[in-house]
Amino acid sequence: MIRFDNVAKRYPNGHEGLAGVDLSLHEGEMAFLTGHSGAGKSTLLKLIGLLERATRGQVWVNERNLNKLKTRDIPYHRREVGMIFQDHRLLHDRTVFDNIALPLVVAGMGHAETKRRVRAALDKVGLLKKEKVFPITLSGGEQQRVGIARALVSKPPVLLADEPTGNLDPELSREIMELFLQFNQVGVTLLIATHDVDLIQSFDKRIINLRHGRVADDCAGDPV
Amino acid sequence: MIPNKRSPKFKRNRNPITWLLRHAQMSLSSLGRLSRSPISTAMTAAVIGIALALPSGLHLLVDNVRDLSNTWDGTASVSLFLAESVTDEQAEAVRQQIAQRSDVADTQLIDRSQALAEFRRLSGFGEALDLLDSNPLPAVVLIRPQPQLEGADAYARMAEELQAYREIELAQVDLQWVERLGAITRTFDRAVFILAVLLAGAVLLIVGNTIRLEIQNRHGEIEIVKLVGGTDAFIRRPFLYEGLWHGVLGALIALILVLTALFMLDGPVQRLAGLYQSDFSLAVIDPFSLLGVAFGGPLLGLAGAWLAVGRHLAQIQPE
Ligand SMILES: Nc1ncnc2c1ncn2[C@@H]1O[C@H](COP(=O)(O)OP(=O)(O)O)[C@@H](O)[C@H]1O
Ligand SMILES: [Mg+2]
Repeated sequence: MIRFDNVAKRYPNGHEGLAGVDLSLHEGEMAFLTGHSGAGKSTLLKLIGLLERATRGQVWVNERNLNKLKTRDIPYHRREVGMIFQDHRLLHDRTVFDNIALPLVVAGMGHAETKRRVRAALDKVGLLKKEKVFPITLSGGEQQRVGIARALVSKPPVLLADEPTGNLDPELSREIMELFLQFNQVGVTLLIATHDVDLIQSFDKRIINLRHGRVADDCAGDPV
Repeated sequence: MIPNKRSPKFKRNRNPITWLLRHAQMSLSSLGRLSRSPISTAMTAAVIGIALALPSGLHLLVDNVRDLSNTWDGTASVSLFLAESVTDEQAEAVRQQIAQRSDVADTQLIDRSQALAEFRRLSGFGEALDLLDSNPLPAVVLIRPQPQLEGADAYARMAEELQAYREIELAQVDLQWVERLGAITRTFDRAVFILAVLLAGAVLLIVGNTIRLEIQNRHGEIEIVKLVGGTDAFIRRPFLYEGLWHGVLGALIALILVLTALFMLDGPVQRLAGLYQSDFSLAVIDPFSLLGVAFGGPLLGLAGAWLAVGRHLAQIQPE
């Protein structure tokens, strides 16, 4: 599903995002990505979503070699990869409903089907009653749920999350992570970057530790 | 394991009905967005309107003036200078003969003594003339041609025929002001064309700049749309429609301006024409320049938006 072969990313200013990563996630797998600040977690996720391109090595996602993907195909690739960010990246002049509907609108989905899907996504994140409000009126945790609903509304096979609980207190963080576990149970492949090591250790999932742009540790979660 | 089967193709929506529907929605929502900032929309449209109205209005005016120089009766007169030997009686006979011609509307004889009196009155050289023993001025027959007679060629032919009379020394067509007017309208035509090109460029820049600002304002939104898989075409579309609508509104304003100006000028022009016994009126509207405005405005709007979009959208990438 996701595979990195000796991948390096050097930014135009000379900074090394990734120094050489080999990694593979099979379909339906869920893994946490940890590491010090600047270890390359965000860079790794950006390469999967094609927000950046690798400068060395090969990245495979959904059986496609991203190195060979044409620029005009990037939007179609992104429709298959849901992305969630620490800062939510919501449109503050649009309602919660319109924010979540955005991936469906850009894909040209019909009105009725869009409505149905957005409601289903809202239901999953527990925000059914908030569809008409503007994101600014929501708490940080609720805004993050809107971001999550937007990422999953088009049912992408892969979900990426970059420090999704970075701004949340421990209780809300746990709720968000449990939401991700639920998605994983229905077969979504998930890769979640976080530095909240205490929290993720209680989930018994694979943890990939990056250090200076390389995989330092890769421990599979022990089935209890 | 490296997957070695061919990469699966992306699904693309190619249903023409949904495509049309999306365009219709997009054009309406762009119009809606413009209507939410009515003042800046109106100002941009007004600037475009004036830029379009100016050359087309001037073009209409030049066209009408040209028309005027072609049809105004009494446009030209022909002066026949008679030979010195011709007596006053002979001169009157010549005048009567010429008055019979079908292309002549009116004739007037200025005999030699009248010519002298007029010259004395107008020139102020009266005393100098007193020194001469005889009147040096020839008799003149003035002809006002039939109004049907049109164009410098027809007058020239008439003058040539009249020149054949033994009594007539010189037949002179007073076409000067008609020719001058023709030269002036041609110069104006050229100037209006250059003005039109310059103003079209200005419209491109105005729309381009408006769209550029709009792209800057919606920078964050564009990033997010790209993030969730919006294609370049999808992102471009609302801006192109905005440019188009600016052009449409500008064209409407231009048409209103031109028609209002024509309407307001028509009264005075008819009074003026009346003074010259002409039934000329400014109502001659050249359909081509109006069509030019109606289509040129939207086209320029679209082109301006296209320029801005091409330059600025690619620079916005999500991080
Ligand atoms: N857009 C960028 N331009 C230049 N250097 C960058 C950019 N993004 C990240 N980097 C560099 O790449 C390295 C890895 O960054 P990042 O992937 O953001 O790490 P993490 O998310 O683990 O904190 C850092 O040294 C950082 O300075
Ligand atoms: Mg990061």
